[in-house]
Amino acid sequence: MKKYLIVAVSLAFALMLSGCEFQKNKEKSINVYSWGEFIADGSDGTINVNEKFTEETGIKVNYKTFQNNEELFAKISGGGADYDVIIPSDYMVSRLIEKDMLEKINFDNIPNYKLISDRFKNLGFDPKNEYSVPYVWGMIGIFYNKKEVTAEINWDILWNEKYKNRILMFDNARDAFAISLLRLGYSVNTEDASQLREAADELIKQKPLVQAYVMDQIFDKISNGEAVLAPYYAGDAAVVMKNNPNIGFVIPKYASEKFVDSMCIPKGSENKELAEKYINFMCRTDIALANAKKTGYSTPHEEAYNLLDGDIKNNEIFYPDRETLNNSQTFVNLSEKTNKLIDELWVEVKSGGASQNPWNLVIILLGFAAAYLAVVVLKNSKRKK
Amino acid sequence: MKILNKIYMVLIFIFLYAPIFVLIAFSFNDSKSRVVWSGFTLKWYFKLFENQEILSAFYNTLIIATVSALVATILGTAAAVGISQSKKWQKKLIMNVTNLPMINPEIVTGVSLMLLFVFIYNTFGIFKPGLITLICAHTTFCLPYVILSVMPKLRQMDPHIYEAARDLGCDPLRAFMKVVIPGIMPGIITGMIMSFTMSIDDFVISYFAGGMVQTLPIAVYSMTRKIVSPEINALSSVMFIVVFVLLIVINFRQEKDRLRGAKK
Amino acid sequence: MKIKPNLFPYVLWMSFFVIVPLILVIIFAFSTPEGGFTLDNIIYATKYSAVFWRSIVLGAVSTFVCLIIGYPMAYCIAKIKANFQSVFIMLLMIPMWTSFLLRTYAWMTILEYNGLLNKLIAFLGFEKINMINTPGAVVLGMVYNFLPYMILPIYTVLSKIDKKVIEAAQDLGANKITVFKKVVFPLSLAGVVSGITMVFVPSVSTFVVSKMLGGGAILMIGDLIEMQFLGNAYNPYLGSAVSLVLMVIIMICMGITNKLDEDPNEQNMIL
Repeated sequence: MKKYLIVAVSLAFALMLSGCEFQKNKEKSINVYSWGEFIADGSDGTINVNEKFTEETGIKVNYKTFQNNEELFAKISGGGADYDVIIPSDYMVSRLIEKDMLEKINFDNIPNYKLISDRFKNLGFDPKNEYSVPYVWGMIGIFYNKKEVTAEINWDILWNEKYKNRILMFDNARDAFAISLLRLGYSVNTEDASQLREAADELIKQKPLVQAYVMDQIFDKISNGEAVLAPYYAGDAAVVMKNNPNIGFVIPKYASEKFVDSMCIPKGSENKELAEKYINFMCRTDIALANAKKTGYSTPHEEAYNLLDGDIKNNEIFYPDRETLNNSQTFVNLSEKTNKLIDELWVEVKSGGASQNPWNLVIILLGFAAAYLAVVVLKNSKRKK
Repeated sequence: MKILNKIYMVLIFIFLYAPIFVLIAFSFNDSKSRVVWSGFTLKWYFKLFENQEILSAFYNTLIIATVSALVATILGTAAAVGISQSKKWQKKLIMNVTNLPMINPEIVTGVSLMLLFVFIYNTFGIFKPGLITLICAHTTFCLPYVILSVMPKLRQMDPHIYEAARDLGCDPLRAFMKVVIPGIMPGIITGMIMSFTMSIDDFVISYFAGGMVQTLPIAVYSMTRKIVSPEINALSSVMFIVVFVLLIVINFRQEKDRLRGAKK
Repeated sequence: MKIKPNLFPYVLWMSFFVIVPLILVIIFAFSTPEGGFTLDNIIYATKYSAVFWRSIVLGAVSTFVCLIIGYPMAYCIAKIKANFQSVFIMLLMIPMWTSFLLRTYAWMTILEYNGLLNKLIAFLGFEKINMINTPGAVVLGMVYNFLPYMILPIYTVLSKIDKKVIEAAQDLGANKITVFKKVVFPLSLAGVVSGITMVFVPSVSTFVVSKMLGGGAILMIGDLIEMQFLGNAYNPYLGSAVSLVLMVIIMICMGITNKLDEDPNEQNMIL
């Protein structure tokens, strides 16, 4: 009797499973892979953009988030992930193009593309504008706690002993190195190994002062006073400063990094047309406006920008002046060799730059093996007794 | 001495339970702060049950845990019986393989399964990492637990009962179903419950082998990396209470079994 | 070679989902992205000696701490009335069945600079201490998560010790300390050894605890592997090489403990 019960239960589950699969096929859906805190989600009285899209088109949106460009790259080059829309930053877009991992977008399906400001078309990372639709842009700057940080804010302050253990740092190699390079006065896109080495050494020097290497946890840690200094993306300043008026945000005038995050369709997407529908939807003025208002990121959308409140439009943080913009640099994709070097240096930074004598590992392994042999010998001698 | 023992035990239990009670306490906190108390509320619980992401993750977790516990139990029980009847060297070899997933660091198991699934998907285009692969992965790491809980029961069983059933005219399958299975049932059930809980709690292997499917632990992990919301506290309180009740029920059952056994 | 028919699906399953994946790890560890054979990945992995060393040290420290506080606990539980023992064991297990992510996360709340513990310290009039994101915090997290794995096997062995043996020793004039040193402790060694492995293996290879309580600044082997597969530096070949080295370390450790645990008269299963 029990046997039949087990068989019946397993059958039921098999049916249930196939049922879901079947349902999934029938119900149109797209997978969107984006940054955290990057879309109007319906909280604080904004529109829930993804729900609205489902309402209007009947297409379900599976919205997942990543922490940084490299995580996105790992996820989609590992294979097996089928995202339909991804939102990488500039340099990652060009890396993905180079690796032939993006689909060409059919711009006929995206009539709203004309609403994107011309300043954001044909940028270096996608010179012919075939693969990407700009979603947001912004600068990198520094969050600081007005109560506790009184010194002038520039990149040097992240190396200031006075704020030991109260400084946060980017948890991704490219942004962390950019800060170190900007501080040293080098290009953020340098391929010069000795400059990168120097930048890494500075980051190693900075490490004892750093409380944690984090990404979106910065919001929390800086608002509740855990940390008093943290470099991050300008767009997030709006959210943080609203939560805690004691927090300020400064974009170092003499040199900063500007980023443009664009919507792309990765190779292998099974729902290319639906993805284009989604991208087009995101470029609609009311949606772009809602996203810009909720996330705080600067919008490349002409009409949405014009509809923003004056105090945002004129805010230096979100729409900086010419000088800051002219002094800013934009990431480009680096050569494979340099990418590998940066990854290597980054692990060195995070592991404290301790002695990297390669023989240590061999010695460790030999030590373990010796211990094993010792035990065997010991046991055997005991047995003989 | 006695008093010292008691104090020591209380201290250890405080160490083990303090973090959980902190989470539970702050799940009723009105403000988002994790350290300042500003009034009682239940709103995070309501928000939790409206959170689509968590609900779908919960649904995935349940499906995966149920199916993989069932598959692992059936496969594992059959295997345990088979192992007990095998020759010695075969037994040894198979038990070594059985132990592998248990001694191997979880992260290595996860990474190796990820390589396997991605490799299969990239070469044959089947088994896209997702629900199915996760069920396979979970079944794999649950199997040893089923076998290890069924084997002792098999050893305790009197082989003559099976022979007697055969002598009385049962065919092998019938004899197995009527005699062996009831005899090892407690072991099977323990194995199934263990598999189920292991599967629900697993993070590391799902994280690597799961592709795009989100299970509850993965959802929790991504929650801890974003702006922190007290929903996560509410979630942990709910999970704690559920586990607490489940364990008490199981313990109660075992106690009853024990008493019944004692009466016999 | 004949295999029992009811073993067949299991053998098939395990070879496909345990053996083949491990072989894949080995293949990846020794190949280039183009598919050729190389030793570069392994040589490259040796560059991260510091990470391996740190993981082993932190793992060993937490195992030691677990042993120091876990043994007395197991001893205490084994000494209380038999009826109540199961209740205490259950109390020990309950936290284990709650998501370890959430429990570790709770420690974040407690240890933070503005966290509960520092609030208490400040309330008592002392200077705040920087506790989170230190190696100490990581060790604490590991001890917290893996302590039951140390207590349970020791308790199991202790509770099975025949009371008569102890009584015999007492009758022969041994005092409490001598009984413990000469009788109880040697008999409980098997539990200690399996406790040590059960704590050491997950501690060495953890990546969540170090990430959450170490602030990403205390890189361990687990973090390194995760970085190569899903994180910052995508390179599954190097990741496989690191995994392979980790596996070798663990296997040697298991070999040592198994040998220690081994009954001289009986052949053991692993290694």
